[in-house]
Amino acid sequence: MPSRMGARAPAGFGRSFWELGLLLLLAFVLLQGSVFPYGADASSQHAKDGCSSTHEGKPNRTKKVFPVLSFEYDHIKTPFEVSLWVLFASLMKLGFHLVPRLSSIVPESCLLIVVGLLVGGLSKLIGESELPKLDSGNFFLVLLPPIILDAGYFLPIRPFMENLGTILMFAVVGTLWNAFFIGSVLFAVCQIPAAGLTHLGLLSCLLFGSIISAVDPVAVLAVFEEIHINELLHILVFGESLLNDAVTVVLYHLFEEFSAFGTVTVLDGFLGVISFLIVAFGGVLVGAIYGILAAFTSRFTSHMRVIEPLFVFVYSYIAYLSAELFHLSGIMALIACGAVMRPYVEANISHKSHTTIKYFLKMWSSVSETLIFILLGVATVGGPHNWNWIFVTSTVFLCLVARVIGVIGLTFIINKFRIVKLTTKDQFIVAYGGLRGAIAFSLGFLLEVEDEEMRHIFLTAIITVIFFTVFVQGMTIKPLVELLAVKKKQEAKRSINEEIHIQFLDHLLTGIEDICGHYGHHHWKDKMNRFNRKYVKKCLIAGERSKEPQLIAFYHKLEFKQAIQLVESGGGGKLSSALPSTVSIQNIQPKKPPPAPEPRERVLPQLPKSREEEIRKILRSNLQRTRQRLRSYNRHTLVADPYEEGLNDLLKKQKMFELEKKIKEMNNYLSVPVATSDSPNLRRARLASGRQTDFKPDEQQNGKKQTSDPQAYNVKPDPVEVPTIQVELASPQSPDSVNILDEFRKDKEKDEDTGLTMKPPSGPSAPPRKQSGEEDAKDPQKLTRCLSDPGPSADEGEDDPFLP
Amino acid sequence: MGAAPTRIGQQDPELVERTGFSPEQINNLHKRFLQLSGNKDTISRENLNDIPALAYNPIKSQIIEAFFDKRNQHDSEVGSLEEITFQQFLMVMSHFRPPTLEMTAEEKEAMRKEKLRFLFNMHDTDGDGKITLEEYRKVVEELLSSGSIEQESAKEITDAAMLEVASTNVPHMGPEDFYEGITFEHFEQILKGLEMESRMHIRFLDTATVHCGKS
Repeated sequence: MPSRMGARAPAGFGRSFWELGLLLLLAFVLLQGSVFPYGADASSQHAKDGCSSTHEGKPNRTKKVFPVLSFEYDHIKTPFEVSLWVLFASLMKLGFHLVPRLSSIVPESCLLIVVGLLVGGLSKLIGESELPKLDSGNFFLVLLPPIILDAGYFLPIRPFMENLGTILMFAVVGTLWNAFFIGSVLFAVCQIPAAGLTHLGLLSCLLFGSIISAVDPVAVLAVFEEIHINELLHILVFGESLLNDAVTVVLYHLFEEFSAFGTVTVLDGFLGVISFLIVAFGGVLVGAIYGILAAFTSRFTSHMRVIEPLFVFVYSYIAYLSAELFHLSGIMALIACGAVMRPYVEANISHKSHTTIKYFLKMWSSVSETLIFILLGVATVGGPHNWNWIFVTSTVFLCLVARVIGVIGLTFIINKFRIVKLTTKDQFIVAYGGLRGAIAFSLGFLLEVEDEEMRHIFLTAIITVIFFTVFVQGMTIKPLVELLAVKKKQEAKRSINEEIHIQFLDHLLTGIEDICGHYGHHHWKDKMNRFNRKYVKKCLIAGERSKEPQLIAFYHKLEFKQAIQLVESGGGGKLSSALPSTVSIQNIQPKKPPPAPEPRERVLPQLPKSREEEIRKILRSNLQRTRQRLRSYNRHTLVADPYEEGLNDLLKKQKMFELEKKIKEMNNYLSVPVATSDSPNLRRARLASGRQTDFKPDEQQNGKKQTSDPQAYNVKPDPVEVPTIQVELASPQSPDSVNILDEFRKDKEKDEDTGLTMKPPSGPSAPPRKQSGEEDAKDPQKLTRCLSDPGPSADEGEDDPFLP
Repeated sequence: MGAAPTRIGQQDPELVERTGFSPEQINNLHKRFLQLSGNKDTISRENLNDIPALAYNPIKSQIIEAFFDKRNQHDSEVGSLEEITFQQFLMVMSHFRPPTLEMTAEEKEAMRKEKLRFLFNMHDTDGDGKITLEEYRKVVEELLSSGSIEQESAKEITDAAMLEVASTNVPHMGPEDFYEGITFEHFEQILKGLEMESRMHIRFLDTATVHCGKS
């Protein structure tokens, strides 16, 4: 039966998406409604069959008709329905982006609520009452944590910390103000006899105020993600929505307790304050503890890379549940856990695990968000309602007013303490971005009051406010941002210069503060960084990475990204740099004075010193990089990751390519056979062997036959191809090249731990080869060997530490 | 704390105008100045060196040097001083004022230029108006608090950074051209994304505070 339903859906493929969507909706709803009775029928059918057959042959055992195809829905009911909902939500999300104009006008959250409304409406029409409710168990334990973890793990720590004071002010004081203002004014409104709400006491109104006052992180994320405002405003509104959870929790429980008793004393108020502090700091503490545990665990996962992401997720979830266990703020625990563990975990885990974590978090949070909005729509249709015009409209109105007054008032106070003040535009966006969402609804749902009618009134009002903020404010905020010309997010990636200067500024400002003599912001930040570097990093980060300064880590990350870009852009093509420019390394290397002219008549132009410098640099950098990579890989990885090693090669290849390009540009008459084959293996091989790069002409010059290199698969050593006009590369006989070799020899003697010595088998063989200066035949190969990867024997040697 | 501390701020309105500090801030800074100099009129390098908190700072010497750099006095002289007076001390400190709400866009731009100029002077130690590769490398090395390992990385990072500056500012250089060094315009260009006027500032105390013998 389900297959029959399902068959209808593909039929709509040829038509527009909306029809497909509706068909899916229909199929889904009918499935829900109709499967159960069918299931019951089928099983009863079998039972009847079984019974009838056994009735016939009572004394002996009769052969039952073997059920070739049976149907048992109960068995899989719950997981099946859950999966269907998730699938449905994802398909909806997919669909919105297929319709381009729609997603730019209407934020996704609105569309999802509409879809939820449709589903709810349809199922009500059909008479199906078994819809999943957005009940608090589901919501708080399953749907909310992924979103918060995603937010907390990727929280931009720097702007968050810099604006922490402001954020806390908005979160704590702002929410308190909202709650009390709305609650008390509503109470006043309720006193009007015409409303028919006189039974609502002050405490009930305050309770309602506390539910409705909190800005919702889910809604804020959903809307703000699409408008790309600047970092400061984003972190202000978003940070507020995260941190006000503590306030909400305390107020909610406080008023819920008290509304049962009807009175409140000063002592209770005082206890409330204490409770708030405990809830907030306790939540953060719990989260931090689990975060440190996760970081510590990740230190030892080098043998078992596959389950690294699992630790991140499980520790965070347990942190959340532990906090909820004690009625502490679970959201703050989750944020603290993610933010604390991130720098250490990222230093420990492999690149792939990092990608996995990122994508899983984004995936789960995305699905959660979608489900929340859809279920919100469904619950709107299904839920018990009690519409009271005055209550609802005054609630909406008061929410807006309270928010505006709160923001303006608080900013006035905050600006006295801030150095970079908040402008009016900023204030407007902060006020306008105070969206309410599903948390408020769930809290309302969770309410246990004797007066069911009151609960219905509350729920209706909450839903109306949510709809208003999400639809009206959500849809209009984008054009308003454009209209007011609010500063947008800077899309450009951080460059190495900026990173250098940010660090430089940190130290500079700390120093100036010290000279000024007062212990300010920078001083404490610097102290914490030093403490972090000295003690904490040593504990929590494995191996050598614990000593890596931040700048180097940043630089390597940057290079890694560039290498990945290279791979994705097809590899062989032109080097992707941010700006098209012909500037290369050689342009910045200081030129050395030219050497004394040689007495010997020379046909060939000399190798310019910049070229030498570049070669030297490449040598050094390759060795250096290999050494550094080796060090960071030397964590007994079970399987030498071919992709990451390929990237290693690609980085070198990047440099090689530049070199090649420069040579090409410098001499138009030389045709260096550019890499023609496309297979990465071949390119890698060619790179490793150093064949068909610039140094080929070198060998041509000597008229030597190219010695075979085991790694060169497709080498065509064809001297005929290359024109006889020689390139200006120095021949081994020229003093310049000897210089290179000499210097390299000197270099090698100086520091024995260069890359060459990493290959034990060929190590001893290399120096004796070098000393034989008369072995010109070997020279070019030597030169190429220096510049390329170590040869195959070296590779095996290199692999040794990697294998168990 | 009698009448003496309020003397400087009120007495010298020119200071207020030149540096942009309020009289209270000038008073506080004067107190600090006297503390550092041992109640003398000038500060020498040793006085600043003796500040214990600065000991951990990797760019300590550059910071101290910046105080004695004539270029930061807006006097268009070059070279360095041996000792500085309070006025010169204030001039250097004025580079770290935050922007105010009332500033226009031009004023903010001028402030940014001033701060960037200060940074530039810190890097350009020989005063030729360009940050060469060597000078930049020294900066990076200091930042990395180099051991022998980091020296290689410092070179790499510096080269990459320099390359980036060159690519951004002079995109089409021939293979034989040489990029001499970062000029002030190029420096401005590469750091324009950082919004220096909002980043490079510290909080100057307005109210009178007591420093209990800390130096």
